[in-house]
Amino acid sequence: MSDMAAPGIPRTGRLRRMGTVLRDMAASPSGAIGLTLVVAHLVMALISPWIVPYDYKVMDSGMVLSGPTGAHWLGTDEFGRDIFSRVLMGGREALLVTGIATPLAMLWGGMMGILLGLAGGRLDEVMMRVVDAFLSLPWILKLLVLVMTFGNGMMVIIPTLGFFYGIPVIRVARAATHDVVARDFVSAARARGHGRFGIIKRELLPNVLDTMMVEGAMRWSWMLLAFSSLSFLGFGVSPPTPDWGLMISESRVYMPLSPWGVLGPMVALSSLIIGINLSADALAKAMGIDRARKAVV
Amino acid sequence: MGAPPLISVRDLSVGFTGRTGATVPVLRGVDMAVCRGQSLGIVGESGSGKSTVALAAMGYLKRGLRRLSGEVCFDGADMFARTRLELEAIRGGQLGLIPQNSGQSLTPTLRIGRQITEALRLHCKMPEAEHEARVLDLLAQVRLPDPEVIMRRFPHELSGGQQQRVAIAMALAGEPDALLLDEPTTGLDVTTQAHILELLRDLAAERNMAMVYVSHDLGVIARVCEEVMVMYAGEVVLQGPVRQVLQDPVHPYARGLLASIPRLGERHLPVALEGRPPAPGEAGQGCAFAPRCGLAIDQCRELAPPMAPDGAGNLVRCYRHQDVGGLDAARQGSLPRRCDKRSGAALDLGAVAICYTAQGWLERMLGHAAPVLTVEGISIAIRQGETVGLVGESGSGKSTILKTVAGLLPPVAGKISLCDKPLPVRVEQRAPDQLRRVQLVFQNPDESLNPRHSVADILAQPLRLYYGLKGAELYQRSVEILETVRLGAHYMDRLPGQLSGGEKQRVAIARAFAAEPEVVLCDEITSALDVSVQAAMLELLNEFKRLKGTTYVFVSHDLAVVRALSDRVAVLYQGRLCEIGPVEAVYGPRSHPYTEVLLNAVLEPDPDVAPKLMAADVVELSPPAMGCPFQRRCPRKLADICDQKTPPWREFEGGHGIRCHLPPEDL
Repeated sequence: MSDMAAPGIPRTGRLRRMGTVLRDMAASPSGAIGLTLVVAHLVMALISPWIVPYDYKVMDSGMVLSGPTGAHWLGTDEFGRDIFSRVLMGGREALLVTGIATPLAMLWGGMMGILLGLAGGRLDEVMMRVVDAFLSLPWILKLLVLVMTFGNGMMVIIPTLGFFYGIPVIRVARAATHDVVARDFVSAARARGHGRFGIIKRELLPNVLDTMMVEGAMRWSWMLLAFSSLSFLGFGVSPPTPDWGLMISESRVYMPLSPWGVLGPMVALSSLIIGINLSADALAKAMGIDRARKAVV
Repeated sequence: MGAPPLISVRDLSVGFTGRTGATVPVLRGVDMAVCRGQSLGIVGESGSGKSTVALAAMGYLKRGLRRLSGEVCFDGADMFARTRLELEAIRGGQLGLIPQNSGQSLTPTLRIGRQITEALRLHCKMPEAEHEARVLDLLAQVRLPDPEVIMRRFPHELSGGQQQRVAIAMALAGEPDALLLDEPTTGLDVTTQAHILELLRDLAAERNMAMVYVSHDLGVIARVCEEVMVMYAGEVVLQGPVRQVLQDPVHPYARGLLASIPRLGERHLPVALEGRPPAPGEAGQGCAFAPRCGLAIDQCRELAPPMAPDGAGNLVRCYRHQDVGGLDAARQGSLPRRCDKRSGAALDLGAVAICYTAQGWLERMLGHAAPVLTVEGISIAIRQGETVGLVGESGSGKSTILKTVAGLLPPVAGKISLCDKPLPVRVEQRAPDQLRRVQLVFQNPDESLNPRHSVADILAQPLRLYYGLKGAELYQRSVEILETVRLGAHYMDRLPGQLSGGEKQRVAIARAFAAEPEVVLCDEITSALDVSVQAAMLELLNEFKRLKGTTYVFVSHDLAVVRALSDRVAVLYQGRLCEIGPVEAVYGPRSHPYTEVLLNAVLEPDPDVAPKLMAADVVELSPPAMGCPFQRRCPRKLADICDQKTPPWREFEGGHGIRCHLPPEDL
């Protein structure tokens, strides 16, 4: 639409629309809470190394498994490390990994889905059965097989998560494409004689992207859970780097003595995921998408 | 009116809280009273609040709406004061509702018998053993053939008309004293609609029920109601006996509405109402209709008129109701219709045959018979500047033919030529100039305009594609085109969601005309619009025809609309041509039995014109394998020949052709 910047034509650009969408999201209480949680987590991930009260790896053998005190707000863990500092920093790895893997998943899943939706016919049918078969396997099993085969470095975990979480996206993108392709404005564009690319770019993408944005937010929260689970099982982040999944895993043995080592990271992780989910709901509402109808899988 | 009214609504106002926090009224001071054995029609355009009144009579308001003042009484007690349990007992029991789209209100996974039994269980105290007999009785009452068979069917196995009958049977199950009908026949074919209305009339008379009938269609109201209430912008503007209101309405809006309905008996364009109704909350302190009213005086704009008797049995909300008669005389003059006939075929369809279900390789290998063609043997030559109407019931293949002409659905046989040059069947094979010369306008602008594109984007597409315009030139041209459809430059950056239904369809029409086409294919382009807006669209099409000599192929199920606009009409049944000829001839005394059935079923907004029901309203899914396609429903079928041989074309003067076995003198 670059040549639409003719004199006198105000741009109904995406930026302006994003502004209204954000305003609408923040207008509902749940959307406002969701956005606040997500933004707070992102800010914390960025600045936490400079604001935490204690170094995350400094141990204090005199202060092991203490409850909350004035000095240690959430107490200390089994090595005497400050839990509060570790919780503040524990989302950095997860956010970094999922922050790269989510766009990756959306990109490849979205492209596949749109292409399949457009292609239709036998290819579409066959591919969708492959997708179904893939989705029927338990996700943790799939992740573990890959991570155990190729090792657990970032260079493995990021593409792995991106790959797996792109598969359900194929489905959503394909369904959205089918919906849009069946509508009259696509027929109208075809009847006018627009090229295939033009139709995809102008008619299809703007309508599919909305659904994809909401789907992306959902996938992000799932991916966070998956990454934390991997850490919990010992395949994600290596100690002593603080990570919520890993912290829960390490501290759960001491739960009867001091629950803070589990509770702290748990609250942090769930608040982030709840925040993302609330934001996704508000986003869907602000964009006028019926989430209940779209979010399958 | 001796007995107290069964349903009475007094001074009811309903509203919602708007975005700014202010209360926005949707209904303003509505009064209504219906006695046993009476039927009241509520008419108005979309957004006038007519459905809201009907639902409020059940004590129900849509989500977000609340009652601001007034009361609704049923059987003497306030509906809004009743408890949920009491309301549940009344709704579906004493007070039945028949919604617009019954197919959607029936549960798809339950058999018809089960669904009606549930209504019985809830509202009738009768032993379980008698339920089945009662269900059969109800199905017979709504004139469904073979109740035993229908009972075991699922909703999707029934036609639209049958589903509507089942919904009526369900409403009758509770032995209602009153029925609320919310557009129950909208979306049904004319013949089916006429049958359902006859049924409702009979039922109301037999059971002495009160009926409140909501419809935008004055023809329907004329058929079933004695009393009519006309609503505008949430207010009742006119109430009176049906004959008075439809033949000589004393409110300017009602008069305009009536003038905007195309009549089957007349061949000129209806007159559109200027302007549009105010959105909820927009109406100022004066009369809501004043901005559009030809009679408005200062008093109208300052102080809203009260509802007052006019002395002839009507209640009217207008200061100048005595002068309304003068409105028409001023308008009659603006009716001339011009259609210049030039020679040469703009579009020529030669024996076009279309099939939706393509046979797969597996079926072919297994030796399955080829499927029956959806559309067969369509040969129509359309002259330049001519308007050809295609009419028929749903499933007659009229829209399918348009899709094929547009190149979206390749035919299995036949030729299409544009200005005497063959037109490739697929849109991808057509040259840019051929594409430009044929444009398609769809039924529903909500579907045919991309919701993410501004009006500027929408209009830019054909201009850029066919003319390569850009920058200031593109903008200039877009504005010019918008002005031809009577929209201005300030619409350029609006999204379709910010336009009214009529404005959207104007944009869709503007997009088609931006290509400077020679042939415009119109697929039911007015059927999703209100009548007054429809009239404006027809005027617009006629103007383009006058200015540019555009050729139209106009598809519609509405015979009166087709008559108003077309030069020639083709009647289709099951994808086969039954009759084709000049409008006057087809609508004249000599016609195909199917055309006759259709014409007789049309409802006119006149209580003195009754439809004649000539054929059963059966929906046929596929045409018969041999003989005449209409044989199974034809009231004048000849015993031995109609189901054996395809009927011949009988030619009459003026290019009028009828495909029928009946001897020409009997047609």
